[in-house]
Amino acid sequence: MSTIAIAGTPQASEPPANVAGNHPAGAVRKCDTTGLPVCKTAERYVKLNAVMAVVFLLVGGVSALLLGLTRWPSVHLLPVDWFYRILTAHGLNMLIFWIIFMEVAILYFVGTTLLNSRLASKALAFTSFAMMLTGALLVNAMVFTGRADVMMTSYVPLRAHPGFYLGVILFAVGTLIGVINFFATVYIAKRDHTYEGSVPLVAFGAIAAAIIAVVTLLHGAIVMIPAFLWSLDLIGQPDAAWYRLVWWGLGHQSQQINVAAMVSVWYFLAHITTGAKPLNQAVCRGAFVLYILFINIASAHHLLVDPGVGATWKIWNTSYAMYLAVLASMIHGFTVPASVELAMRKKGFDKGLFGWLFAAPWRNPGFSAFFLSLVIFGFLGGITGVTLGTQQINIIAHNTLRIPGHFHTTVVGGTSLAFMGLCYYVVPLVFRREYAWRGLVRVQPYVFAAGITLMALAMSFAGSYGVPRRHWDIEFSGAPFSPGFDAAAHFMMGLVGVGAVVAFIGLLVFILLTVHAVFLGRSNEGRAMTAW
Amino acid sequence: MSLTVPEKGWFKAPTGSERLWIGLALAWCMVLTLMMPFWHLRGKQNSTGEAYRVKPADFAARVARFVDANKVGELAGITVVAPAPGTDIYLQAQMWRWYPVLKLKKDQTYRLHVSSLDLQHSLSLQPMNMNFQILPGYDHVLTVTPTMAGEYSIICNEFCGIGHHMMVGRIIVEE
Ligand code: HEM
Ligand SMILES: [Cu+2]
Ligand SMILES: [Cu+2]
Repeated sequence: MSTIAIAGTPQASEPPANVAGNHPAGAVRKCDTTGLPVCKTAERYVKLNAVMAVVFLLVGGVSALLLGLTRWPSVHLLPVDWFYRILTAHGLNMLIFWIIFMEVAILYFVGTTLLNSRLASKALAFTSFAMMLTGALLVNAMVFTGRADVMMTSYVPLRAHPGFYLGVILFAVGTLIGVINFFATVYIAKRDHTYEGSVPLVAFGAIAAAIIAVVTLLHGAIVMIPAFLWSLDLIGQPDAAWYRLVWWGLGHQSQQINVAAMVSVWYFLAHITTGAKPLNQAVCRGAFVLYILFINIASAHHLLVDPGVGATWKIWNTSYAMYLAVLASMIHGFTVPASVELAMRKKGFDKGLFGWLFAAPWRNPGFSAFFLSLVIFGFLGGITGVTLGTQQINIIAHNTLRIPGHFHTTVVGGTSLAFMGLCYYVVPLVFRREYAWRGLVRVQPYVFAAGITLMALAMSFAGSYGVPRRHWDIEFSGAPFSPGFDAAAHFMMGLVGVGAVVAFIGLLVFILLTVHAVFLGRSNEGRAMTAW
Repeated sequence: MSLTVPEKGWFKAPTGSERLWIGLALAWCMVLTLMMPFWHLRGKQNSTGEAYRVKPADFAARVARFVDANKVGELAGITVVAPAPGTDIYLQAQMWRWYPVLKLKKDQTYRLHVSSLDLQHSLSLQPMNMNFQILPGYDHVLTVTPTMAGEYSIICNEFCGIGHHMMVGRIIVEE
């Protein structure tokens, strides 16, 4: 069989209102695999954004290896100044540039293909892309020339070169323009009646992500513009506590964009790899709404041991609101695997309690990446996150390695891995190129997942012994006293190094195979993609 | 399905095991929610965030007065102070040292004022592993009662420049 079977391809009984969509002549093609419409303008910008995402992933990935090898005590690779410089580069290139370029690509794809619409504005797409790219390059130039050793959080009074803040602002405004273009696309699709009834679930999730993105980027503007003006000596230094409060309105909410985008990708991959259909759409959509409503106040869990914000504020913001957002994740964590189970059982894999799971397409990298992402995010990420967000537990976790241990299971083992799985379909379907060395592609999600899980667990254990994050030397050379961490903590730091190397290999395989496929892969134009 | 528009009438209440799961999850969230204030009242360790605005120079002056009044010696080049139990005591964070060394009495309560003269720092008490953010401009007040004698380290776990890893201080608790 050489085509992927997409169960439940649009039924004749539910034709979209305006089947031809609103595309100008010649501006649309029909996907040879799925039959879905692809807007050619959107396709170009999906490609551009996705390619830049992978480029920055490479920069972040090489940085990751260097960091892992420095925190591995017996290797301790980088000198002190370069450790912090590379740490700054890693955080920004990964968390901001890789993830957000990818998300803009997803928004354009969802807005056009799933809603059967043209992209609202080519000019906006270009402006957005140009600003994001300029911003990202400027930030990297500042960081790598040593003019912004401030970590991605750039907590005042740490001060970087104005170019750094300018780069961040350019990138954020560029993203905002991309998001606006997406909303404009949703609007014209509705206006031109290109689909009937409610938007598809994956589009609903993307809209949720985009709404959170707007709120997030506004926080970004509120905090980065004063920092920029201060770096130019035009205004006084922003207050440190105020900066942290607003910065986390940006920093935490952007994680919820990632979660909403990741969950949408889960629904997409679950469907395309197993034919899964959600049991109850009202439940899935309701859960996305919970994200929008309740995530903002959960930013408070970054300030649980801060001065200046009182206990009542901390308790209210973290407990009440946070758990409704947690509820949303618990719902998706049920509905997504349940839909896969149902689809597999329908196909006849009905033996026992877990027969469907064993029979799942584990050799399909789109499926394995999605399912591993679900497990890592749901179990490790969710449990560590809820734990760390508890007021008292935060006292023993704040700024220790437990924190990076947590978020490498959410944004890396969760979001980034899901996005990799997505690429295994985006490249054949959008770039219309096939991956080579398919055996290697099949093992990639497992290698990456194993490395990240090992590293994240080791970080968490080391952190519970008190090992700090963002720290060059836990031998404290040159310090007046030495805390002398437990031997177990040192052992865990060795495992951090090993896990980092394994994860890096997984990452590199992904990047090399993807770049190869995009530029040199066998074309599949005119026929369906080769099934995984 | 997730890629096409939902069938008409998709808006309906959950049923069966899905409904059960949502119920269980919601109940669990409620338990967690109630645990937050419960532990705040029952638990012994809280971060109340008590803090007062202070200019770095004023804080430095208070620290200097406190050190002058209570100094008893020197350790690794840093002044050691032994304040009276029950009083207000001071710890100054600065690139890249904690000043002074505090000598406290077991089972006595102190109001510990911590602030920074320059960047953000974070107080990480080892090996207890208790962590509090320290900001310039804010006098962060921690009410502390040491319950075990011994020597404790304070490391900085907020990035504060190139010497961040050298920023280690000491608290000594005597019987
Ligand atoms: C091969 C994969 C990766 C490895 C081996 C890796 C490793 C590391 C290491 C060792 C640190 C330093 C922890 C510390 O000393 O404080 C770190 C920090 C970090 N990583 Fe990763 N990482 C990987 C991928 C990613 C990805 C894909 C993302 C985001 C999508 C990410 C986001 C971050 C962030 C936000 C930080 C914190 C930076 C800071 O403290 O300012 N990492 N990572
Ligand atoms: Cu410090
Ligand atoms: Cu520090």
